[in-house]
Order: sequence, then C-alpha cells, then structure tokens
Amino acid sequence: MNALIIPLASSHPGNRNLTIGLFLAVVAVTLYITYWASRHTKNASDYYAGGRSFSGAQNGLAVAGDYMSAASFLGISGQIALYGYDGFLYSIGFLVAWLVALLLVAELLRNSGRYTMADQLAYRMRQKPVRTAAATSTIVVSIFYLLAQMVGAGTLVGLLLGITGDTAKALVIVVVGVLMVFYVTVGGMKGTTWVQIVKAVLLMAGTVLITFLVALKFDFNLSKLLGAAAEHTGKGEAFLQPGLLYGKDLTGQIDFLSLGLALVLGTAGLPHILIRFYTVPNAKAARRSVQWAIGLIGTFYLMTLALGFGAAALLDTGKDSAIAKAKGNTASPLLAENLGGGAGSAGGAILLALIAAVAFATILAVVAGLTLTSASSFAHDLYANVIAKQKVSEKQELRVARYAAIGIGAIAIALAIPAQKLNIAFLVALAFAVAASANLPALLYNLFWPRFNTSGATWSIYGGLVTAVVLVFFSPVVSGNDKAMFTGADWHWFPLSNPGIISIPAGFLLGVIGTLLSKETTSEKRYGELEVRALTGAGAER
Amino acid sequence: MQDDAVPDRNVRAYQAVRDADDFALLKKRYKNFALPWTIAFMAWYLLYIVCNNWARGFMSTKVVRHINIALVFGLLQFVSTFVIAWLYGRHANRKLDPLADGLNAKFKRERRR
Repeated sequence: MNALIIPLASSHPGNRNLTIGLFLAVVAVTLYITYWASRHTKNASDYYAGGRSFSGAQNGLAVAGDYMSAASFLGISGQIALYGYDGFLYSIGFLVAWLVALLLVAELLRNSGRYTMADQLAYRMRQKPVRTAAATSTIVVSIFYLLAQMVGAGTLVGLLLGITGDTAKALVIVVVGVLMVFYVTVGGMKGTTWVQIVKAVLLMAGTVLITFLVALKFDFNLSKLLGAAAEHTGKGEAFLQPGLLYGKDLTGQIDFLSLGLALVLGTAGLPHILIRFYTVPNAKAARRSVQWAIGLIGTFYLMTLALGFGAAALLDTGKDSAIAKAKGNTASPLLAENLGGGAGSAGGAILLALIAAVAFATILAVVAGLTLTSASSFAHDLYANVIAKQKVSEKQELRVARYAAIGIGAIAIALAIPAQKLNIAFLVALAFAVAASANLPALLYNLFWPRFNTSGATWSIYGGLVTAVVLVFFSPVVSGNDKAMFTGADWHWFPLSNPGIISIPAGFLLGVIGTLLSKETTSEKRYGELEVRALTGAGAER
Repeated sequence: MQDDAVPDRNVRAYQAVRDADDFALLKKRYKNFALPWTIAFMAWYLLYIVCNNWARGFMSTKVVRHINIALVFGLLQFVSTFVIAWLYGRHANRKLDPLADGLNAKFKRERRR
C-alpha cells in the first residue's frame, strides 16, 4: 500500500480526515455539475424536465439513482446481515414493482403528461380540483420520504464520520438540506439528473467492488457464503429461511402481505419517479429508461445478498454488536473495512471511506430529487394553475418553483431536526402506501377507464391518502410500544404497521364511487384524445 | 402550447387517428400484452409472499447444500422480472412502435389539412 496513506489512515482521526476528504470531493463534483446545469437551463422545460433531452440509458441511471436511497443501500444489506433471508424480501417488492411502471405507466405518462403527475390527470378533467388533489398528495408523499431521508442522513453521516452529538447531527441535516436546495434551485432537473447519474455510477461501482471482494473470500460459491453466515451468526439454517423478521403470528403475516402490496404497487405512483419519465424525448426512451433501471436496480439488489450475508459471515452481528445497535446500517461500511484489511489497516480505511462517500452521494441525490418534485408540483400545479389561474408568465412560475424549493428545504430541515430522536423509519413504507393508495388508482383509472372523472380522481386521491395516513397514525408504529414513534403514549387500535391491505383497495373503490356519483361528461369526451395521445404519442410534449 | 392555438384542428386530427383501423389494432396489441402479463407477475409475486408467510416448511426445503427453495424462489422473481421487461421491450419494438409511428404521422398530416 502507498506509504503516504498509512499514517493518514492508521489512527481514527486519520480515517475521518480521509472520509471527510472524499465527502468534500462528492460535494465539489455535484456543485460543479449544478453550476454547469444552471448555464444550460433557460426555460420551463429545462427546469422541470431537463429539456427532455436525456437518453434512455442516462435516464435509466438517473431513475436508479433517484430510487435507490441510503435506506436501500445500507438498510437492506444491514437487514440481511441481522435477519438473513427475511432482510432480502424488501428488495424483491422494490424490483417487481418496476413491471407496473414499465407495462402500465411510464410510456403512457410520458406521452400524455407535461411536467408533473397532475398534468396527466388535468388533461381531461377540471383543472382546479384535480391539480389541488394531485399536488397535495405529491407534496405529502415527497415530504414523508424526504423526512425519512434527512433524519437517516443525520444518523448515517454521524456514524460514518464517527460523530455522535445531537448538535453535530443537526448540523449534518442542515448541510444536507442546504446542498439539496442549492442543487434544485440552481441546477433544476438537469443538475438533479446528473447528480443522480453520478451517484448511480458510484453506487454500482462501490457495490460491485465489495461484492467481488466477498465472492473472492468465498470462492465465488453462494452456498459457501450462506453456510458461513448461518454458522457465524449462530442461528444456523433458520438464518436462511423465512421467519426471523416477518410474520411471527397471524397479525404479522397479514402485515407482511400488506407491506408486500404497498411495495409492489407504490413505485409506479411515487411522484419523484413519475416525473423522471418526462426527461426523455419520447415514449420509446421512457421504455428504455425503465428497462435500464430494472437491470441496474435488480443487479444492485442481487449484490446486497453478498453484502448482507458477507457481513453476517465476517463481522459480529450479534444482539449487542455495534452493527445491531445501528439497526444494521453500518454493516456495509464495516464490511468494506474488514475486506480492505480490517480496522487500522490502510486498505480498510480507504474502502471504508469510499463506501461512506458513496452513501453520502446516495443521500444527496435522493433528497434533491424529492425536493425538485415537490417544488415543481407546488409551482406548476398549485401556483400557476390553481392560484394564478394560468395568468402567469413562465419566468414568474419558475421563480415560484425556486422559492418553493427553498421553502420545502426549510420545512424539511425544521421537521427533521426534532424528529431525530423519534423512530420514523416507517415513513418510507408510508410513502409507498400513500403512492399506491392515492396516486396509482387515479393514474390507472385516468388511462384505462373512459368514464373516470374529476370527482372520481379527487375521491381516490384524498380517500387513499387520508385512509393510509389515518390508519398509520392509529397503528403500532406511531404509539403503544417501545419501538413506536411516541413511546410514552398509546392510542393505537389498528393492528398492522402497514396500511396497504386496507388503504389500496379503499383508494381504488373510492375512485369508482366518486366517479359514479358525478354526472360530469366532458371528461369522458376528452378520453378519446387522451387515449390516442397516450398510446401513439401524437401531440405529446417535445 | 401549440394545442391551444388550433384546438379544432387538433380535435379533428385526434378523431381521425382514433377512427383508424391501425389504432384499434395498436390498442388491442398493447392490452393483450400488458393485461395478461400484469396479472401473471402479480399472481407470481403474491404466491411468493404467501409462501413466505404460510408455507415455510416447503420454503425451507434444501435444494442443494445451503441453498433452499425460499432463496431460489426469490431469485426466480428477479429472473421473471428481467425476462418480462425484455419480452415487453421486444413486443413494443416489433408490434407497437411501427403502428404508433404510422399513427403519429397520420396525426401530423391530419392537423395540417
């Protein structure tokens, strides 16, 4: 190893300097990208949709970068390290979900929408109520997701840099918040997309490297790796079988089914994913992006098997271990350190710092995407079309979008800092549940059901949203036990942690009821146009 | 937006495309692929979830050494996702895109009339 690096990495503060150096490199690169993008952002199509100029492969990388949060990078491999096979189940729902996006949503949305999720509904419905509903659910889903990421960022960056104080964590949250607002206000969709592309490349490269090193240790033999993990954890074959994490009793089993439904149906209703399909020139490129995303995300999740079981086989993941205390989140970085030669070695320090920097880039790319999505929806749907009733110049609308990004960043920072001590990991699952219960029914009915109308759209969006949020509020993840968000109180009566099994059918059903209760006919007349546009791309935004 | 400038012409052009035989064919080909495959992969995925919950004995059966049915079933979900994504791309390239391109051209012609 390079002699110059050894003194730097041999002591803990040295490790930290290396990690901080790489973090700063990530920040420098992303800031440069943002600056470059700002010089190529002139009109609304540039700001909201990156000029619709990205290729299928580029957008596929960006979609993967937008989708794979730190929760899936560090979280899933950590869950596998702690719970074995069951930790792997999340990723399967996350992946299969992309077929819904590919077969039913991506191309049709690209052809019939413009900048936001609401555009596609507003095409054949009354602007004001539909845009208000879609913007509400867009902003709610994005803020839930954003909050989970920001709180996670505080803890994670703290762990990666070895800082523990609450003030330091709060400072991390502020820094992440300021950076994401900067990317979004200055770089718009072009800047955000390139940040996500860079992140996806870094994430894939880092994961391939660690996977290769794990495979090398176990002679490229999956069974050998699994056997070593089962033995080293002391859990035996049970570690490789279903049941360590999910479905311990009937309630748990129904809860797992509910989670599985929300994961598979939520992705195609996540606003920050949907707006990515507008960044390509046509439906064909939208299709290519999803195919690329499926390839990348699938490969990545397969590699988390090596990361998770590798950590279980090589590190201490017992009940009182540091990894268990960090809920598995440090499994990947510590595995990297171990593979590089262990704590105190130069190779270990370098690999640890690299993986930490990848995790940091991951956080930044995801929060930027979420901020852009909510700011776009606020400016384009609520401000331009509802409040100002379309009597607003493009320049004004973009100014509002930038202010909205600042506002959303401020709200996210303000909420994330006090939420640090709360267990809010459930917010990601809730975001998926709301996306599946509120957004997906409206999107699918709009595309495939001629009779669907304004009333049906608002009923399904508000109905799905309220059902999911209310059920979670009265669930065991918010109150009633020592793992809940509020540990000291108990107002729960809903037995499941995941509302999907009730709220998704509710969203679909309310869409039907709302539609049938209204006598509106214009929506049905415009359906013919929407259908032609969605399937052929005739008259689609270029 | 260009659409607002010539609403009548657009309405007429959309109607012309909608009435074309090729459009009915495109719609049929799209739905005949998307709907059955969606039902198939959802059923396949739900079967996997259900087995994880209620068929643990079966899932824990060893296939070879430390690799059991649960893991193989999980990996098959990856395989099926990759395969369906590839099949859909092939179907769209061969059977949908040519029709859509033709109808798009027709739309442009109709709007110019």
